[in-house]
Amino acid sequence: MKFKKFLVTLIFPFLAISLCACGIKIKGKQMTVVGSTALQPLIESAAEEYLKDRQGLFINVQGGGSGTGLSEIQQGAVSMGMSDLYAQEKKGIKADTLLDHRLLVTGIAPVVNKKVKVNNLTFKQLQQIFSGQITNWHSITGQDLPIVIVNRSNGSGTRFNFEKIVLKGNKPKPAQEQDSSGMALSIVSSTPGAISYVSFSYLKDTVLHPKVDGVAPTQDNVKTNRWKIWSYEHIYTQKNMDQTTKDFLKFLYSPKVSKLISAMKYIPTNEMEVQRDFNGKITPTNVEDK
Amino acid sequence: MDPIKESLLKTSRKAKQEKIGKLVTFLCILLIMVMVVAIILFVSLKGLATFVVNHVSPFDFFFGVNWNPSAKPPQVGALPMFLGSFIVTVLAAIIATPFAIGAATFMTEIAPRTGKKFLQPVMELLVGIPSVVYGFVGLAVFVPITRHLFGGSGFGIFTATLVLFLMVLPTITSMTTDALNSVPRNYRESSLALGATQFQTIYKVVWRAATPGIMTAVVFGMSRAFGEALAVQMVIGNAALMPTSLTSPAATLTSILTMGIGNSVSGTLENNAIWSLALLLLLMSLVFNLLVRWIGKRSSLK
Repeated sequence: MKFKKFLVTLIFPFLAISLCACGIKIKGKQMTVVGSTALQPLIESAAEEYLKDRQGLFINVQGGGSGTGLSEIQQGAVSMGMSDLYAQEKKGIKADTLLDHRLLVTGIAPVVNKKVKVNNLTFKQLQQIFSGQITNWHSITGQDLPIVIVNRSNGSGTRFNFEKIVLKGNKPKPAQEQDSSGMALSIVSSTPGAISYVSFSYLKDTVLHPKVDGVAPTQDNVKTNRWKIWSYEHIYTQKNMDQTTKDFLKFLYSPKVSKLISAMKYIPTNEMEVQRDFNGKITPTNVEDK
Repeated sequence: MDPIKESLLKTSRKAKQEKIGKLVTFLCILLIMVMVVAIILFVSLKGLATFVVNHVSPFDFFFGVNWNPSAKPPQVGALPMFLGSFIVTVLAAIIATPFAIGAATFMTEIAPRTGKKFLQPVMELLVGIPSVVYGFVGLAVFVPITRHLFGGSGFGIFTATLVLFLMVLPTITSMTTDALNSVPRNYRESSLALGATQFQTIYKVVWRAATPGIMTAVVFGMSRAFGEALAVQMVIGNAALMPTSLTSPAATLTSILTMGIGNSVSGTLENNAIWSLALLLLLMSLVFNLLVRWIGKRSSLK
């Protein structure tokens, strides 16, 4: 009968929706990690590793940005939120309701198009370029080539940290913005005179990565704070997390993941010789903490 | 009781089916209505919060030229993005329309048989290409060409216009084709019988008669261009500055929207300001829809 078919088509979506709803309710068997796209690939591979010998558990890793990660964990909608910045630095987040786990450190390096003959930039020059006081490479390298700034999008963690450390409160020059590090990098490699910044894991030979004040952008220089432009990648959790979350968090600090972190050109937090709080204050790491 | 009488007094099976059919179709339309109303309500509620909760004056929002909602004090001028969206849309439509009319005329008037057999399917294929593909083509082809010709980074309104031109051309062409096809055959025959050449017939009779349809096609194309996010975001450069030149980076409402939403926290001014942009976008698409209706009504009076 025809109207029966009609009814089936009508009922089916409702059934599907209610099934989904059931799926969400099964807790402890699955967890969701949401937030920073910079941290996402690492957590994905870590989760893959973790789930190899754990049948029935499912870890759902999603991007969405640091803002999404922080607001989702604040609402308790997910198990972990990934963020490029301290919760204190994000408006609308009550940092004292959350637990901060600084999983790793990422160095941020300026990248320059290969047409520019530059091996070294001073910190001051970097500041002047990104605040718009220098607009031509002439005063730095002698080439008559306009500087093309490629920013990351407003609110991106890499941009926030770069501007916080390099500009120190100076106003950034409004310039074009790109959604992702990969995109910013490919634009710098193809546009004469372009300059941008990416985290170490994105550094490629298609662009120049000049030294800053004579210090090369390497992991070892970040550990000693000789390379000053670096930031933490945070995992935020609720204060009372369930056992599944606790176990996975413990795994993230295991040597297995540390190896993964180093392989992706990040630095595990416990290898740092200094630490930085959310006010930007730098102190040596306590030996006991290690 | 008499079985015939009984069957006459009871509601028949067919009548029941009728009722159920009506109910089911009504529920379907109800679902759509609820969704539309919910979306409008949700976006309005979030979008108006900028003005109601954060006390940003609407004047600053619509006419301010600085966009930096996370700065202190926050700047939420949407004019650069609105102008950016508007300029790329209008330019793309202006370039695409002559091509679309030409192509459609060829397909309907000059070579209708090949038109139906080969050109129509090709056009329809173009409509179905995902926007990220257009964006990628723009990035790989138009950006280097623009950079080579005009210098700078190659990102900007000019490049975005080219990409949107590609994207709206098939939309406008296929709708224009429909408009030309719906011109009654006897118009053409009368014109030819009066001694007009084929070209005279086309531009004095067919195009004239199809004008409302062509206008509708153009407005549809524009509304597609206005709402396009991904392809434009890939090539426009996304700098929320007042557009000063066609080849310097600019931004559109959609590009700022997609880039900003993941980085802001729900309930803050940054987030609300982005919702306000979404509201503006929604209002603009409403305007485009009304425009299409208005054109349709005017043509039916004729």
